[in-house]
Amino acid sequence: MSQTILSIVMFILTLALCPLLPGIVNRVKARCAGRTGQPLLQKYYDLGKLVRKDVVYSTTATWIFRACPVAVLGGALAAALTPFGRGGALVSFQGDFLIWAGALTLARLFMILAALDAGSAFTGMGASREAWFAVLAEPAIFLAMAALAVISHQFSMTGFFLALTPETTSRHFMALLFAALALFVVSLAENARIPVDDPTTHLELTMIHEAMILDHSGPDLAIIEYGAALKLWVMASLAVGAAVPVDIGSWWLDAGCFLVGLFVFAVLLGIVESVMARLKLNRVPQFLVGAAVLAAISVILVARSA
Amino acid sequence: MWLDYLSVIFILTNFVLLASSRLGFCIKAVTIQGVVLAIIPLVHEGDHLGVASLVLCAVTLAVKGYAFPKLLNGAISRARIRREVEPLVGYSTSILLGLAMLVFGFWLQSRLPLGGNDGLLLPASFFAILAGFFVTIGRRKALTQILGYLALENGIFAFGAAALPEHPWMLELGVLLDVFVAVLVMGVAVFRISEEFEHIDVDRLRSLRDPVGEG
Repeated sequence: MSQTILSIVMFILTLALCPLLPGIVNRVKARCAGRTGQPLLQKYYDLGKLVRKDVVYSTTATWIFRACPVAVLGGALAAALTPFGRGGALVSFQGDFLIWAGALTLARLFMILAALDAGSAFTGMGASREAWFAVLAEPAIFLAMAALAVISHQFSMTGFFLALTPETTSRHFMALLFAALALFVVSLAENARIPVDDPTTHLELTMIHEAMILDHSGPDLAIIEYGAALKLWVMASLAVGAAVPVDIGSWWLDAGCFLVGLFVFAVLLGIVESVMARLKLNRVPQFLVGAAVLAAISVILVARSA
Repeated sequence: MWLDYLSVIFILTNFVLLASSRLGFCIKAVTIQGVVLAIIPLVHEGDHLGVASLVLCAVTLAVKGYAFPKLLNGAISRARIRREVEPLVGYSTSILLGLAMLVFGFWLQSRLPLGGNDGLLLPASFFAILAGFFVTIGRRKALTQILGYLALENGIFAFGAAALPEHPWMLELGVLLDVFVAVLVMGVAVFRISEEFEHIDVDRLRSLRDPVGEG
């Protein structure tokens, strides 16, 4: 019973805190460039501003475009399935990681359809790239999940992370590191971060995610932006869960460590964005294949010692 | 345990060699490989370190960690090339083939009658041999091919360290000398070729003719 309440608390915390992560990333980037940067809560202000605005729809847009903010539903569903470190997820069952990936993909599918529906050349281009890279990122995610599944002999995401006791962690240290690294690289691609996509670019030709949502406005845009922040949080949770399997004993301390882990993840993201340049579009597949290979090495390492 | 960590670094550098088009980065990867190889005998022997392995470690470190990168970096700055432009096999394909080679290495380890050898070093060494071989035949620039040759040699060295921990060090030193001379000669050759033809693309060296404009 108490476990359920704690999971609900964590789920609410996730929904409430996720716009903080982009804020941290931007702050770190600004610091690296010698600027003061936006306030940490900038994303909340942006969302608040967008919610108060009106929505404008293109004349070619149909109901698909209006249904696109449903995208955030997929993100929230995935968030409910994502375990908060060893804290466990709100909902957990056998094979839930397939639903998890499916929920995120559903969100993406609607965004892509809406982008095509809007009838703008730029959004269509963004949608095509998004679909292309998403396909390439999938093997890496599932191979990393497979490694976690073999380590834990479990098929639910809560099970993956609950099985990471100190003994299993020290036995599979390398494999976990590789899985976390692969998930980190994938989350760079999935969340439109720098080596793959530049979130701050002002040139539509080079955008991916931003180009896709060009035609959204007002509360619709707010929901989509919120969904993106939620997705970043969810992907980060997986990488942090695999990389930092803390087990102090007290639930609150564990959760605190996990939160700190997430913020460190955001700082790392900011540093990566500061020191790297965006890859040429035709080099991105190579980057993602590299992530898949990292995850595959993780599976090999686990399979050998299992 | 430490041997496994070193082996994983060894594996990753091979992937870098397969995946990167920047020659400077590839040279760094091969240098790291050399340094890892120099440390491996020390980790292997642990407490009872012999003078022979210390000497081997020092020489390996000097040749692979210092002399080779210096020579190769000199060669790329004189030949004024930065990257491999059009490889015969694309980079994504190379990475995936690299994964296949690694899996093959693990399979080979399970088949070889080298009792009790279940560390990561053995598959890593097979992988380095195959990857080095692949880079030697799959890239156009003479310099990348030298790097492939070096990775191949590193793999053979690592195989020696994994399969025969008490192998004759003199033999290793001899091999090291051979490789050193080879790289020295190749480094000079790259420089001469690039001076003569303004490129080091081995494909284009097949058509022999008199240098233009020198009658």
